[in-house]
Amino acid sequence: MTVTQFFNEMTDFGGEVRPHYEKFSNWLQTTPPQRLADKREAADALFHRVGITFAVYGEAEGTERLIPFDVIPRIIPAKEWIDMAAGLRQRVKALNAFIHDIYHDQEILKAGRIPSEQVLANAQYRPEMQGVDVPDNIYAAIAGIDVVRAGVGEYYVLEDNLRVPSGVSYMIEDRKMMMRLFPELFAKYRVAPVEHYPDLLLDTLRAISQKGVTNPSVVVLTPGAYNSAYFEHAFLAQQMGVELVEGRDLFVDDGHVYQRTTQGPQKVDVIYRRVDDDFLDPLAFRPDSMLGVPGLLDVYREGGVTLANAIGTGVADDKSIYPYVPDMIDFYLGEKPLLNNVPTYMLRKKEDLAYTLANLAELVVKEVHGAGGYGMLVGPASTKEQIEDFRKRILASPEKYIAQPTLSLSACPTFVESGVAPRHIDLRPFVLSGKEVRFVPGGLTRVALKEGSLVVNSSQGGGTKDTWVLES
Amino acid sequence: MLSRTADHLFWMARYMERAENVARMLDVNYRMSLLPQSANDIERQWRAALDTMGQLEQYEKGGGAYQPLEVMRFMVLDRQNSSSIYSCLRAARENAHAVRGTLTSELWETTNATWIAMRSFNQVGLEGDGASEFFEWVKFRSHLSRGVTVGTMLRDESLHFIRLGTFLERGDSTARLLDVKFHELSTAGKHDDAAEYYQWSALLRSVSAFEIFRRVYRDVITPTRVVELLTLRRDMPRSLACCMEEVYGLLQQVSNQRSAETERRAGELAASLRFGRIDDIFEEGLHEYLTGFIERIADLGNQISNDFLVPVVTQSESQLQTM
Repeated sequence: MTVTQFFNEMTDFGGEVRPHYEKFSNWLQTTPPQRLADKREAADALFHRVGITFAVYGEAEGTERLIPFDVIPRIIPAKEWIDMAAGLRQRVKALNAFIHDIYHDQEILKAGRIPSEQVLANAQYRPEMQGVDVPDNIYAAIAGIDVVRAGVGEYYVLEDNLRVPSGVSYMIEDRKMMMRLFPELFAKYRVAPVEHYPDLLLDTLRAISQKGVTNPSVVVLTPGAYNSAYFEHAFLAQQMGVELVEGRDLFVDDGHVYQRTTQGPQKVDVIYRRVDDDFLDPLAFRPDSMLGVPGLLDVYREGGVTLANAIGTGVADDKSIYPYVPDMIDFYLGEKPLLNNVPTYMLRKKEDLAYTLANLAELVVKEVHGAGGYGMLVGPASTKEQIEDFRKRILASPEKYIAQPTLSLSACPTFVESGVAPRHIDLRPFVLSGKEVRFVPGGLTRVALKEGSLVVNSSQGGGTKDTWVLES
Repeated sequence: MLSRTADHLFWMARYMERAENVARMLDVNYRMSLLPQSANDIERQWRAALDTMGQLEQYEKGGGAYQPLEVMRFMVLDRQNSSSIYSCLRAARENAHAVRGTLTSELWETTNATWIAMRSFNQVGLEGDGASEFFEWVKFRSHLSRGVTVGTMLRDESLHFIRLGTFLERGDSTARLLDVKFHELSTAGKHDDAAEYYQWSALLRSVSAFEIFRRVYRDVITPTRVVELLTLRRDMPRSLACCMEEVYGLLQQVSNQRSAETERRAGELAASLRFGRIDDIFEEGLHEYLTGFIERIADLGNQISNDFLVPVVTQSESQLQTM
């Protein structure tokens, strides 16, 4: 897709360097390109040696790749972060309230703010969770909210990730790497620290243990060493100083969950699970799952153990629910949303459908249940045939689709083959909800390394950058 | 410590040790096959070696000839053969990968680097003097990983389970090697003294015991002394007595509420070696004695799995996943 005009994080539309990038820009101009190239190579070697890699499915045994790391940081001024943080806090509070409501009295449905069938017929809605109480009504203890900047600089939430969001280990490792490669830059800027994230995470997980549990024991549940995010699971367990377990290490007995240790069974109170709902308990969900713990759901429903995130959070991060988040904020908090939602046309509505069909060439159309860029039409980047083909599909079942305006994502200078050039970026802050909502400033910045590309996913050649939130 | 973590550590060490012992076994056979002898003798030796390593049946199915290069290819490079050095080093690395957070970075990097080098080794490397060089390399990678383990790992349970794997595997392997070679050398019979000397010294060298034999006995190499050295000498690092003493000591360190019987059995076996006499062993019959020992080692392995690790019923499955 060609994007002619976009917000550049470093320079304004007149080409002037923005104030918060000034010192960095001066440094960049006086740093020989060869030094940057050398440093980037050093970073690659270090990442490989330490094994900060992700596994690639379907390739030869033991294939592990690096996620490309870019040495130019993405800088966010203090004021912008304070505003964004308030918006994130508000949004995650409303989402947790929504999930609690859905699995209890469903007030928001009764009030007619969201059509019932949108929620109750959703594949991510878990009837097993109806009436189940979870500690402090926290369902999404760990949320990854994808934020992009578009137009003349305003931030939009692109999607909410409330199941098992990943990427936080790269946020931490990228910072460690930058401090190692360019310590002089940290003398020029006061960058808010992020390395204490595992402490906050552990604190959050312990805070949501069941009532009456003293000194709760926490574990990280991983699908195993072949999972693409295994490095992160091992990293977080190690940083928190808790066990990294697989389903077969756990068993259920007399209303509690235990881990098998060399000194006999030991009770587990909080499971930070990085396994999807479907695979958690072969007795309740997919019977062919080898990753789960038989009987876990029953123990969970009876309050014998805490799962983070809770079962059934997917009902709130679906594309068909996304347009209603501003309604949730109004309904549960009585506030106006601080962060923008991307305007979304729901094609099951007649007027939205008509508008979309008339403007297909300008819009992005997404399948409600699609993910990873499949079943998607990007109007400005598509041929007439593709558009006509999609038109037929939409007409066949409009309720399966939503449409959004094509956003021109902001870009950040990035070190690429041809030198330093702007590349499109997004941001995933990680929001922790326990007794209170907490986060480390910033998050993971992903960058689309191909010129003009808007796809930041690591599986599609995306990279990462260190994210600097400045302390004022 | 998680039972599965202990299980991975235990098997990581066992597979590394097994790779080393397969290399030792192949090396001694290869050296012996260079001595002047009939084609029949050579074939018999390679059959016996495959039998010791429990691979005779599978090899026969593949229809390979009992020639040094072919058997070595099967025992070094064959991916379908779970006892090949290739498979052992892969399994060691996969077990290490599953618990890399528990290992020191040195130990992980050593194990990983060994596997990466193994992957680029091919059949051409076995030809000419390549075989001996390769076996030497395997031995030294194993030495290195053991050294890094002892030199860097915290002296807690994780180290104990790694060491348990090492010594249990080694005891088993020494017994098997001794069994097959003793049988072969004492029934061949017709060799002159010189040939016999070379055969026995090759066996000693294969377990790094040639110089040790000289220092301990200061006398001619006789079958009885070789057997005594490799079974009852507690100061010989690959002897049954030494391995069992280590196993018993380690079991006492990791002891839990279920493990009393396992400790008793290990202690009994260690004591029988400590106070055993070589004449009694020969009276019982060396083959019978060693067969009994190998069974007791297998029993201890099962006991340890059930008491501390992943119970034997599900163990084959968990190890399959690492293959």
